[in-house]
Amino acid sequence: MSVLFIVVPLALFVVALAVGAYVWSARAGQFDDLDTPAVRMLHDDGAEGPHPR
Amino acid sequence: MTAASAVSGASAANLAGRFGVACTHCGLAVPPGLVREGAPHGTRFCCAACATAYDLLQSHGLGGYYAFSERREVAVRRTDRSYDEFDHPAFAELYVQPAGEGRLRTELYLEGVHCASCVWLVERVPLLVPGAVRAELDVRRSLARVEWDPRQVSLSAIARALDTLGYAAHPFRGVTRDAMRTREDRAMLTRIGVAGAIAGNVMLAALALYSGEFHGMEREYERLFRWVSFGLTIPALLGPGRLFFAGAWSALRTRTLHMDLPIAIALGAGFARGAINTLADSGPVYFDGVCVLVFLLLTGRFLQQRGQRAAADAAELLYSLAPTSARVRGSDGAERECPAAGLLPGMEVVVRAGESFPCDGEVVEGRSSVNAALLTGESRPAGVAPGGAVYAGTLNVQAPVVVRVGAPGEASRLAQLLRHVEEGAARRAPVVAFANRLSGVFVAVVLVLAAVTFALWYGRHPQAAWDHAIALLIVTCPCALALATPLAVTVAVGRAARGGLYIKGGDAIELLARPGVLVLDKTGTVTEGRTTLVAWQGDDAVRPAVLALEDGSSHPIADGFRRAWPGLAAARATELAHHVGGGITGVVNGAEVLVGAPRFVATRTGADADAWVRRLGDATLTPVLVAVGGRVVAVAGLGDRVRDDARATLDRLRARGWRTLLLSGDDPGVVAAVGNRLGFAPGEVTGAATPEAKLAAVVRLKAGARDRRAPVVMVGDGVNDAAAIAAADVGIGVHGGAEACLATADAYLTTPGIEPLVRLGDGARRTMRVIRRNILFSLGYNLLGVVLAMTGVISPLIAAIMMPASSITVVLGSWLGRSFDATATRPGGRAHGAAGAEPGTGAAAVAA
Repeated sequence: MSVLFIVVPLALFVVALAVGAYVWSARAGQFDDLDTPAVRMLHDDGAEGPHPR
Repeated sequence: MTAASAVSGASAANLAGRFGVACTHCGLAVPPGLVREGAPHGTRFCCAACATAYDLLQSHGLGGYYAFSERREVAVRRTDRSYDEFDHPAFAELYVQPAGEGRLRTELYLEGVHCASCVWLVERVPLLVPGAVRAELDVRRSLARVEWDPRQVSLSAIARALDTLGYAAHPFRGVTRDAMRTREDRAMLTRIGVAGAIAGNVMLAALALYSGEFHGMEREYERLFRWVSFGLTIPALLGPGRLFFAGAWSALRTRTLHMDLPIAIALGAGFARGAINTLADSGPVYFDGVCVLVFLLLTGRFLQQRGQRAAADAAELLYSLAPTSARVRGSDGAERECPAAGLLPGMEVVVRAGESFPCDGEVVEGRSSVNAALLTGESRPAGVAPGGAVYAGTLNVQAPVVVRVGAPGEASRLAQLLRHVEEGAARRAPVVAFANRLSGVFVAVVLVLAAVTFALWYGRHPQAAWDHAIALLIVTCPCALALATPLAVTVAVGRAARGGLYIKGGDAIELLARPGVLVLDKTGTVTEGRTTLVAWQGDDAVRPAVLALEDGSSHPIADGFRRAWPGLAAARATELAHHVGGGITGVVNGAEVLVGAPRFVATRTGADADAWVRRLGDATLTPVLVAVGGRVVAVAGLGDRVRDDARATLDRLRARGWRTLLLSGDDPGVVAAVGNRLGFAPGEVTGAATPEAKLAAVVRLKAGARDRRAPVVMVGDGVNDAAAIAAADVGIGVHGGAEACLATADAYLTTPGIEPLVRLGDGARRTMRVIRRNILFSLGYNLLGVVLAMTGVISPLIAAIMMPASSITVVLGSWLGRSFDATATRPGGRAHGAAGAEPGTGAAAVAA
């Protein structure tokens, strides 16, 4: 069971990565508008997106 | 009524039913005369605006728009404004920011944004207008962020393109507050995310510790998990949890009792005790309880915050109504554009037909008619002549006039009305104040109980005194209580939205749960809000001549005629002359034709106008007489049709105990007649009410209410109702109403008619039942916890397990509880929502 001494810190490290990713996305405004992107993805009709690629 | 008046009673809905032809663009009924056989792809349009929009989309390869099943259900309303002021340097200074690479960016508030197809359409503006780089739409707030290259295209051209598609654009004036709010939201989401992740992991560690407690665990592993949870709890308190300590500190400084106070004490004491025990390597640690507490409380707070948010948007949108620019005439007679904010009393401004007045003032030149529906709700334009007063925001219908500025900007009547709206929104505070008082009591009781527990046990067992006091603080944590209302409200609002009811705040649900006084506006609320030809008596052969005269007039009466006989080819008329406030004269086939008000026609022909008007047999209609060659041959009655569902809905509301009142700015005679038809008692009907009078009436009703809990509800559609809507306990905007009125309202209906009002009341009642059950449960739970903790039955460890259990029960209770019926049908669509997947809602067939 002594593997716990390695696995638990490792798990915490992964959690830290995930939390870091979440904080980044929240600060970058990815959760600002939860309604529009849901309908926007339905519109993907080929080459002519609204965003320059 | 005779067979000649076949048009009467033909609403758009049963026209569509009878002819089964829907406009290719907007889906409204197409009048039979406009259906062209053999048109390419079987297209047909209800109006020229729809045809233009269709051609525009097809020519740019955007026909995919018509593949959406959920499209706008309202007619395309284009304003054909020039949007010149969007290119003015003053406009740029206020609203435009640089976006890099020489591009510019601004946010536009769009009218008429409703659904998925709008997102699609608006975001394809860069394809329609070369030089527009990017357009992104926030569908919930109707805000479009537009980026463009000023070297290739002007903002006004983009605004005109949006207008052609049916989205009138306004500058968004709340940019600063919006940025602040976005920052707040992001910070809160970050806190919740961090707290959630930490709570989850600490719970896992706690799970290991608890099972170790029962099955035995080696010391070294136990120590590992204790230190892990200790290490995780520190950032949870320093990061997300700091909010509560800051709140508690400011409560202490201002000597008030706040929910944050016992929370901070419980968090601090729990953490301190746990830390000491961790270091001493004995006794329980409370880290799991502490972390879960932080997470759940933050979540509850966030939900509540969002609910209150929408109401604050109201005033921002209202300011978008007045024109942002004016055409000032200098002393040399030259006209130049000037921002409306720069107008000074005494200046002269030119207002063209179809434009809104930028200020209050007095007409000095020109005669026209003014649609003041914005202020008065009166749908018929009234004539103005030199010396007459005009008001900012009202529409100049007929001819250009010159206005001497009386009260610009903040001093105008519109601005004063908007201030009433803001004050009304602020006055809703008592509900919040009460909740705060209640929580103050709760806090005081908890603190006293904890102190008592500590004192009682300290004499016997100092160590146990700590544990029991901490257990009490943890188990009485108000998180179930804090979640009880916002969660039930959030679930209810979500379900209601799927059924076509947008509810902005929890207080609206609370208030609508019991019957009170329902005040309804007439025009546009219980009626359809547009002039329709309802009755026609006399010679049918003159109809083409009438159309010939009315053709090209923007008067609502002319619209009424055009809509009534869409298939009829107009005759050719010469020598057309518009007589303001009277009517139109012209020559058709060599004979002089007059179409106009009875008095106008009577003075010109000497006919007995009253006798003709009496033949209509309906005093609510606006009579229009038709004379050919000096002889009256027909009389038409135009009016605003009462909605089909109005009577039935009102009767059902009355049966549920609501007192109904009709309050309108329209002519008292007309209001009385409509009221009579809808079953109002004579005393329940008021006409000729100005916006200020409507506001006063609502305030009086609120003050005079015998039962404080019986709400005063105002239902309306126009800006003239906005102040009353804001002042009422609950304001409701109806489908198709002015955007500003919808923004002010606590709830609005997204389907035509007022039938959803019944569902709103029923749903609110059921939601309140869920909330009451939640509160009762969490209070009972807290009471039980207090007893157990004080008697020393539960340790802090058990308390930490019990605490989230109560929250979970409340979450489940809110989710499974019956609130709004999500199966309401939308016109032309099948039932939305997933009632089958939600136990409880399926059986709620009350709204049938």
